[in-house]
Amino acid sequence: MSRVRVLVGTRKGAFILESDGKREKWDVSGPHFSGWELYHLKGSPADPNRIYASQTSGWFGQIIQRSDDGGKTWHQPGTPAGQAPEPGPPKAVSNKFVYDASGESGKPLTTHQWYDGTQHPWEFKRVWHLEPSLSDPDTVYAGVEDAAIFRSTDGGENWKELSGLRGHDTGPKWQPGAGGMCLHTIILDPSNPQRIVIAISAAGAFRSDDGGKSWKPINKGLYSKYIPNPTAEVGHCVHHIAMNPKRPGVLFMQKHWDVMRSDDAGDSWREVSGNLPTDFGFVIDVHSHEPETIYVVPIKSDGEHFVHEGKLRVYRSRTGGNEWEALTKGLPQENCYVNVLRDAMAVDTLDKCGIYFGTSGGQVYASADAGDSWNPIVRDLPAVLSVEVQTLA
Amino acid sequence: MIRVELPQHLRTLAHVGREVTLEVEGPVTQRSVLDALEALYPMLRGTIRDHDTLKRRAFLRFFACEQDLSHEAPDSPLPEAVASGKEVFLIIGAIAGG
Repeated sequence: MSRVRVLVGTRKGAFILESDGKREKWDVSGPHFSGWELYHLKGSPADPNRIYASQTSGWFGQIIQRSDDGGKTWHQPGTPAGQAPEPGPPKAVSNKFVYDASGESGKPLTTHQWYDGTQHPWEFKRVWHLEPSLSDPDTVYAGVEDAAIFRSTDGGENWKELSGLRGHDTGPKWQPGAGGMCLHTIILDPSNPQRIVIAISAAGAFRSDDGGKSWKPINKGLYSKYIPNPTAEVGHCVHHIAMNPKRPGVLFMQKHWDVMRSDDAGDSWREVSGNLPTDFGFVIDVHSHEPETIYVVPIKSDGEHFVHEGKLRVYRSRTGGNEWEALTKGLPQENCYVNVLRDAMAVDTLDKCGIYFGTSGGQVYASADAGDSWNPIVRDLPAVLSVEVQTLA
Repeated sequence: MIRVELPQHLRTLAHVGREVTLEVEGPVTQRSVLDALEALYPMLRGTIRDHDTLKRRAFLRFFACEQDLSHEAPDSPLPEAVASGKEVFLIIGAIAGG
């Protein structure tokens, strides 16, 4: 019988929630990496026992953790778990993210725009998102702050920047959003291994069609009235992008304000906010079997990062946008003031698609019926930063 | 023999207890002690000093013999009591926040 494994990153550790295909009873393990911020955990599609995790701290910096047994044990790549380290030259560099300053890109990648409009040096702060390769368990991409994309081909032991992204002509114009200048979304196209879509707050979306060597902004159709040129090539605060792997040319975006849709892999976008009560938000995801069924959690505003009207409502569109219905069964409908962050929603691939999301209040909700009804798996975790789910045979 | 005390989170990462002991050849300085520490426990690389610049991370402090040594030059000799193993070289996470 199929099982699901939900990987939850929180402000104070990671948790793993497991259930059978009914998704009614859950085993909870954790906290793993207690006391650390776990920005993201994600399993390899090619080997579900391989899980990567981004563990960060304002004191101690970045750590990459890897499990090869489905989250039971963890180690920093290059430093096997439970083995006493041997004297000698340091081996593990799994947390070494050094921006390419070699000139390989043909440009000196030195500064980006700061909040006050001046130029500011690029400074690595943390890994926001880990995206394992679709085919190779040892290949994984990392989206980091300050915005850049790195790739490891040895299971996370060593990382190399794909510097063509920062080297794009617009790089010096990128500037941080309120949460920092983070590369938070990485989408790998299952139909075209050369195609990668990423998103940066607050630069916008970019696409590579050559495996990450070169990139182009894909922000046509976005309108951001809070920036000097509302239709600028870059500068848009894209919060998240989602894709159904069966239809990779169609992308859905939750922008700062506005829910958007592209039918040409990001070459152009149109707004599909429709009848949403507010179109500010962070998460967006797509049903795993119905590519026109999408989910968002509207947030009141950019000044009030909690759900609208004190009600936790997931909105579902079965028409690819514009027409939305509120999903409320099992969710608190009064006195609720939580947020749902950009990487904190996921869908499984069971016949009846399961939807999962985590809140800033520490709840992780699951729906085993595509959103019709919800149940909390856990209610009192630390604030949830990310939710991913693995569907296991 | 040099004695180094680590903050709790770094003990967890390195799979060690509160205090570790190191052998340092040559002058006993912040740099030589941290080099020896990272050689023995490579998983600590980048958590105390920046990978590239080897500068102390902002929210960590170094103490020994009731002195704050955080702003001492990395190649300055540490107190004799640290070099002899009588006193512990403390790596401490700064109190930050409210």
